[in-house]
Amino acid sequence: MTGTYRDSGRVGRPAEEEDFVDILEERRRSSDLGHAFRTFNPQPYKGAPPSSIAELNKAVLESQYLRYVAKEIAMETGSSEENVRKEAGAILEEMSQNLQLGFIRLMGYTLTKVFKRLFRSIYVNMEGLNMLQQAVQESPVILMPNHRSYLDFLIISYVLFTYDIPVPVIAAGIPLAGMKIVGEILRRSGAFFIRRAIGSDKLYWAVLSEYVRTIVRKGFAPVEFYVEGLRSRTLKSLTPKLGMMHMVLEPFFKGEVFDITLVPISISYDRVLEESLLAHELLGVPKPRESTKGLLKASSVLQEDYGCMHVSFGRPLSVRQLCEGKMNRCQYNLIPRDLPQKPTAEAQACVSWLAHLMVRIQEEGFLISPWSLMACVMLQTPTRGLTEEGLLWHQLTEKTLWLRKLALGFGARLNWPGDVPDSDVMSSTLTLHRSIVQRKAGRVYLVQEEKPVRKHPIGPEEGVMRTAAAVLMLASYRNQSMHVFVRPAMLATAILITKSTQRDELLTFFSFLQNVFSTEFIFIPGSSSQDFEEACFLLKKCGAVRISQQEVTVSDGGLEVLEFLQKLLQPFIDSYQLIFRFLCKEGVHVFTEKQLLPAVRSLATKLILSGELQTYEALSSDTQKNVLSALRRLEALTKSRASEQNEYNVNKAVVRRTGDILCGKIPPQMLQATPDARL
Amino acid sequence: MASNSSGGGSDRQRTAQQRLSIIAGHLQRPVDGNPAILAEECKAQESKPDASSEERRVPRRRQEIMKWNGWGYSDSRFLFNKKGQAEFTGKRYRLSGMIIPGLKDWMEGTFGASLQHKAPATPILNSNAIQPPNLHEAFVEELKSTGIPFSHDAEDRVFRAHGHCLHEIFALREGKFGRVPDMVVWPNCHNDVVKIVELACKHNVCLIPYGGGTSVSSALECPHEETRSIVSLDTSQMNRILWIDEKNLTVHVEAGIVGQDLERLLNESGYCTGHEPDSMEFSSLGGWVATRASGMKKNIYGNIEDLVVHIKMVTPRGVIEKSCMGPRMSTGPDVHHFIMGSEGTLGVVTEVTMKIRPMPEYQKYGSVVFPNFEQGVACLREVARQRCAPASIRLMDNEQFKFGHALKPQVSSIFTSFLDGLKKLYITKFKGFDPNRLCVATLLFEGDREKVLQHEKQVYDIAAKFGGLAAGEDNGQRGYMLTFVIAYLRDLGMDYYVIGESFETSVPWDRVLDICRNVKARIVRECKEKGVQFPPLSTCRVTQTYDAGACVYFYFAFNYRGLSDPVHVYEQVEHAAREEILANGGSLSHHHGVGKLRKEWMRDTISNVGMGMLKSVKDYVDPNNIFGNRNLL
Repeated sequence: MTGTYRDSGRVGRPAEEEDFVDILEERRRSSDLGHAFRTFNPQPYKGAPPSSIAELNKAVLESQYLRYVAKEIAMETGSSEENVRKEAGAILEEMSQNLQLGFIRLMGYTLTKVFKRLFRSIYVNMEGLNMLQQAVQESPVILMPNHRSYLDFLIISYVLFTYDIPVPVIAAGIPLAGMKIVGEILRRSGAFFIRRAIGSDKLYWAVLSEYVRTIVRKGFAPVEFYVEGLRSRTLKSLTPKLGMMHMVLEPFFKGEVFDITLVPISISYDRVLEESLLAHELLGVPKPRESTKGLLKASSVLQEDYGCMHVSFGRPLSVRQLCEGKMNRCQYNLIPRDLPQKPTAEAQACVSWLAHLMVRIQEEGFLISPWSLMACVMLQTPTRGLTEEGLLWHQLTEKTLWLRKLALGFGARLNWPGDVPDSDVMSSTLTLHRSIVQRKAGRVYLVQEEKPVRKHPIGPEEGVMRTAAAVLMLASYRNQSMHVFVRPAMLATAILITKSTQRDELLTFFSFLQNVFSTEFIFIPGSSSQDFEEACFLLKKCGAVRISQQEVTVSDGGLEVLEFLQKLLQPFIDSYQLIFRFLCKEGVHVFTEKQLLPAVRSLATKLILSGELQTYEALSSDTQKNVLSALRRLEALTKSRASEQNEYNVNKAVVRRTGDILCGKIPPQMLQATPDARL
Repeated sequence: MASNSSGGGSDRQRTAQQRLSIIAGHLQRPVDGNPAILAEECKAQESKPDASSEERRVPRRRQEIMKWNGWGYSDSRFLFNKKGQAEFTGKRYRLSGMIIPGLKDWMEGTFGASLQHKAPATPILNSNAIQPPNLHEAFVEELKSTGIPFSHDAEDRVFRAHGHCLHEIFALREGKFGRVPDMVVWPNCHNDVVKIVELACKHNVCLIPYGGGTSVSSALECPHEETRSIVSLDTSQMNRILWIDEKNLTVHVEAGIVGQDLERLLNESGYCTGHEPDSMEFSSLGGWVATRASGMKKNIYGNIEDLVVHIKMVTPRGVIEKSCMGPRMSTGPDVHHFIMGSEGTLGVVTEVTMKIRPMPEYQKYGSVVFPNFEQGVACLREVARQRCAPASIRLMDNEQFKFGHALKPQVSSIFTSFLDGLKKLYITKFKGFDPNRLCVATLLFEGDREKVLQHEKQVYDIAAKFGGLAAGEDNGQRGYMLTFVIAYLRDLGMDYYVIGESFETSVPWDRVLDICRNVKARIVRECKEKGVQFPPLSTCRVTQTYDAGACVYFYFAFNYRGLSDPVHVYEQVEHAAREEILANGGSLSHHHGVGKLRKEWMRDTISNVGMGMLKSVKDYVDPNNIFGNRNLL
């Protein structure tokens, strides 16, 4: 399905052939103030007359919808309707953006300063920007960037301001609002703030959803939000969150606007500002709270070089077109549209499909750096090899170039300068990432984090954690290109594990893998067989397999590709198996997430030390959470109702069986008949 | 319903004359051609157009007075004269014989049409192109013996093979004929119909009732799959008023009478039904019943279902009618509602008793200009909320306002045009209305003079709250006049590569604005995608208000030069527009009916059980599908 929406012209084209323009170049040549005070005269959405922020907020508070909900809540809680509505007003005040041109200018000025320091270049694709310029005039626009760094937050506004396109209002997490001064600046730059864990706060949901819908309905400004919900700690795309997505789409579903335009935006970094922070978070070191003081402290990071940033605006997509045949809008005919209404299964499925599609398109828009490919190669070597013996430089070079060819064949967009010799590209890449790897005497080593001098020597466990931080950083950069390889890699795994050549058996196993890993990687719901076909096509294209009506057979010399791809997936499989193993242990029956994470971590540490476990990724809290949601999907875990703090019951038989399938003990022929496999 | 106090019998003659002039105001060219006096004319007291008392019934051979491949009377049509000015021919309408200076520019500007590019229609109906009739000998023999007139002349048959859907007229203009009825019968009375239906059942002949032929739902199209002999049952000769009951204010009429004749004859006795669908010149009472028609003045008089007291219908099972004329009954589901909207699938409506009212003493047009459509709709909604809608209130969008402007006849005096200029200046410059956003509501008030004036004030006061400015009687009156000539205009468009049509829906109030915007935008987008070279005309108006919603009319037309199959493109766009209507909470139809054009959506519209109900009625009443036009189900 996605194939239709992909920008096919782009596939396999090196990035430099596209119309990327370095927006910092102009800034380095002319005055920053001049830029900040440029005439800003964008063409707004023509469907609606412009309205002020006060009018917007008033429309929200006086909406039929909020009045209805307020009445309901008043009935339920016994409080007066007036009080409830006052409360709603307070929520809105906390939430509301206060977009002001003056602050956009201030922001523009500051960001120019910061960006010039951090980045060599910020590339933006002009073609995408031009299409966006057109689109904002025609229907309400939703900007949907991925979220990898705090820097994502205002880059879009900055670009749009520079190119005379209406700046967006941006959904942000409430912690940002708490930052002194900065919070207010963000608010005036268009940020609106959403509490985390809204849970069942009915009034909050009502205010938020009406606020978002009103902005969309009025075409007040483009709405920008992160469909992934959070900053990805692993640099991998996250399973999209559907709440906000549903809010922005509802005005179309209910016919309140003719169409809505979705613009996927792919932001790629050569080097991510927060790389080490993220790795530590994954290892259980809590993230520092967002505070202005912290921000100032962090200004030391400004001294470093972060390479280039690419902002790629995707082709604007019409929700109307996307939803054709997927969404029967008549379902809203029988209840007044102003009243709260549970979305139907059809609407939910449609929203979920669209959200996944957008994330997939974001992925396809990423520019993959040489570093990401190098990370893929390096992680194929056992960790001990990286920390102690080191990897031969020429081996790394050779394999990376081999992988580059494979990636291009798989349709990746590479950010690999063509006018510089390949060895120079890789050397300078290595220099850029010297915080993670170092080259000594023709060998490349993983850098271990330096710790302050301690009184007592470092214990073996602590050593594991230090290595883990470096491995997880490396893994994050590998993750930047996982979406390119994951489908062929799953097919390769299926071929190698099942040793089958039958298409239908391979598809069965492939779908099983997809089901297990669907929180780990982005798969569009319901397109399992398309994904399988795509994987077959790609492996055939690179010459790894031969494909007939019934069979998929490994071709001569195809094993190298298959084994490489399988190894790419191996850390995930190993980590999952480890947790399966833990859950099957005697004595584990009921547990909470809080108990599980340290327990698994200590088991993993033990096994790493004993050499039984190869991958350090099992230590990542992200992996652990993903396993939990996979097991819940497979109904191997159930939340016990009575408890308040996410207590789980384990169905060991199902866990064991899942593990057995994953390692090939149960052949795929046995899968079809069993409901547990949930195919 | 709005106030309409009784007129009193003593003044009846005088009122009748007023009423005649009112109808004349709608339909006819005034005796005096000076447009400056026209506005007064429609409420003038004494003028009595001479055409009114003469018998002007629909002849059996419709071709004597009507076009075979276009709308309406043969003598009335738009054309561009030698000077390149648009002109409306004939003598029947207010616009007849007038020059319309703005039309050419509007057509060129709106559609990119050009007088240089003509797409003329086939001039003569070529009888040889029509398939020979498939007659059922035995049926014909027995029919002969009854003495009921019939014909299998090609022209007669072609006239009854179509309604006025775009594809139907387009095919005729190209001289293409599909399946046409094999013969036409003209029953004279109820008993004739009983005989015909009996014979049809006996010989298994397919009957298709035909009234005024104004259908726009493909209802009159002969089904392709029909292999039996098809007989068109033309009710036009059953056109008498059988009695008027002044005590109960009802009239008993044969169902073949057309709207204008019914009103004219009733007016002669000082009464009216007040039922005025836009097609009332040609559409018949039986047709109204069979399609659930709606009249423009329904706010006072009601729609057909409110007006009907008693119906007689001949079915293959026999005659259905109620035993009394009680004004309301609780006797199970109302069997009238099986008949109303049955679209000729169950039988032939032969006689109807309907309510009448004394003719209104006073009638006044009016119009209001709003700064934008949103305000206009808000005003109509408020009027409906206060239940003070005048006899008619319609809101045109900006495009339609411009269209109406283009149809202004040449002004005769410098003074009028000066006044027009002043008005325009006042509205756009002084009041700051954007000429590309403003829209206009047309109004028609009816009743006794005092009340009309009071009512008028109430409505204008509401309008003022929504930024509306009174824009004069003339604008209002011209708006209603356009209703009758707009169908003629389509023929002119077709002469110059422009095709189009209107369609309607009904929708709850809160969705009116959304549906108008979305359907219009959908039409524009679909046209673009289908390769239409010029942006289409895509416009709408709100034509009726109800307590819980409104009726919305869409007009859609485009220049089809460069398209290989324009009718197909048209149909695709209309189909998409209907999908859009349904997705926006609109109904499948407010009053045009379903016919065969909209059948595919019936199941979704009324549910499986609903379909089963209708189907079981059909199966019982007409098990052999004698009434085989295949509409509706």
